[in-house]
Amino acid sequence: MTQPKRLGYSYRRHLGERFIEALLFLMAFVSVAITIAIVAMLVKESIVFFEHVPLWEFLTDTEWTPLFDNAHYGILPLISGTVVSSAVALLVAIPLGTITAIYLSEFAPFTVREMAKPFLELLGGVPTVVYGYFALLFVTPLLQKIFPELPGFSLLSAGLVMGIMIIPYVSSMAEDAMRAVPMHLREGSYAMGATRFQTAIRVVMPGAFSGIAAAYILGISRAVGETMVVAIAAGMQPNLTWNPMEPAATITAYIVQVSLGDLPHGSIGYQTIFAAGLTLLLLTLIFNIIGHVLRKRYREVY
Amino acid sequence: MVENSAGGNSTVDAPHAQYKSEVRNLSFYYGAFSALKNVNMMLHEKKVTALIGPSGCGKSTFLRCFNRMHDLYPGNRYVGEIILHPDNINILSRNVDPIEVRMRISMVFQKPNPFPKSIYENVAYGLRVRGVRQRAVLDEKVEEALRGAALWDEAKDRLNQPAYNLSGGQQQRLCIARALATDPEILLFDEPTSALDPIATASIEELIADLKDKVTILIVTHNMQQAARVSDYTAYMYLGEIIEFDVTDTIFIKPKNKQTEDYITGRFG
Repeated sequence: MTQPKRLGYSYRRHLGERFIEALLFLMAFVSVAITIAIVAMLVKESIVFFEHVPLWEFLTDTEWTPLFDNAHYGILPLISGTVVSSAVALLVAIPLGTITAIYLSEFAPFTVREMAKPFLELLGGVPTVVYGYFALLFVTPLLQKIFPELPGFSLLSAGLVMGIMIIPYVSSMAEDAMRAVPMHLREGSYAMGATRFQTAIRVVMPGAFSGIAAAYILGISRAVGETMVVAIAAGMQPNLTWNPMEPAATITAYIVQVSLGDLPHGSIGYQTIFAAGLTLLLLTLIFNIIGHVLRKRYREVY
Repeated sequence: MVENSAGGNSTVDAPHAQYKSEVRNLSFYYGAFSALKNVNMMLHEKKVTALIGPSGCGKSTFLRCFNRMHDLYPGNRYVGEIILHPDNINILSRNVDPIEVRMRISMVFQKPNPFPKSIYENVAYGLRVRGVRQRAVLDEKVEEALRGAALWDEAKDRLNQPAYNLSGGQQQRLCIARALATDPEILLFDEPTSALDPIATASIEELIADLKDKVTILIVTHNMQQAARVSDYTAYMYLGEIIEFDVTDTIFIKPKNKQTEDYITGRFG
């Protein structure tokens, strides 16, 4: 007969568990640490910038010419370029993305949906530089036929293509949210004599509101942060304008421009990109917070 | 798609005034699976008819034929007729728009399913999808329906609150109010109390008893006591067939069929 095992405490097992836990924690911590490091770096370098340029001037000056002899450091022209190109993109992506989502979730037969989704995903997988040249070499000439006065670089062309690029993100997230609305809600609506369209608009969309809002916010974040399309098709001249028919630079396009140039480290021109980067980060952070609040506030309770 | 081999609007020669609806040789198929087999039955006007039977016997499938709910899913097929009086129209006919049917035959589901809207908008939903816009008409109908569903006193001060703030039993009464707001001729209940506690169940049963003055009711229930309490007629179903259909008292006291008796007395099912 074997001796029954004592019900003791296994130090070996305990240590093993602790080791695994520490390892997993470390892995999870890496992404958080990197985020913190990026923010810290941006803030540190921006402080150097703001020692030379007062914050007030940065926020109110209407010219952005840091590389000129007569340097101006007003972020407004870059913000206007970002806002206008993003607005154009969203005017394309939100309606088309929502309509696509409604169709795929509520109307499309199974086979159509299975065929359409890979194509939409492909649209999201096209490299952004390809979209950039598509905007510059195809969309701009096309638009020039309609608006002959349109310059070779314009926020309109860049924004339109950016919008097309964002459609799959908006539509697939919005569709997921709509498909998550339980069938018994739809049945309730149909049983009241509602049509498919009435059901989609009056029951499914309100039921999926938070997910659809999150899809829009994601679209906004992507539009604001998009670089390649605007750098190629919108021109790189900072230009304080709210007119999409003009060329202008966005924050991201400016950062690309300076990063590619050969500015000496530590020069004030070089420091500008950190201030611009910090502004961009704050912009996207604001949208993420809005998205988070919306999600919390309209959390679905079925 | 849903098909119906019965063809066009067939007219019946002798309408029975006391019947709201007659089911004739109804069979139903989910793809190749035959869920209902040659069902014949009638719904008596302004009476409660209960469908009882073990799980999977086709009660809910049968109920959902009445408002063409099966049309929502591909591969379903009706054979036979459900005649709606006084029109003498076969509502399963391909020439009849299911939306028209659902405008006259309302349904209350197993699980309360209020829409993500306010209490008021939930009740007004059926009128809104019919294009009613005048505030005065909506207000009047909403109040009438909420009173009819015994929810007015509890809900009148918070009509603009989300429907999800109501308790489970209140939500189910809200769904009944929603179904009543459009003045349906037949009200279908698919196990309306199976998700509710005994007190909420009692209030729903009381409500059903009150409603039969106004509307013809068909109710599916798992609970035999419930069928005995609320219904005037009862059909016992098994494996897609109606085994016995009679006055409720007869079914529960002196069933003619041995199978029914076994089920009622708990020897089976």
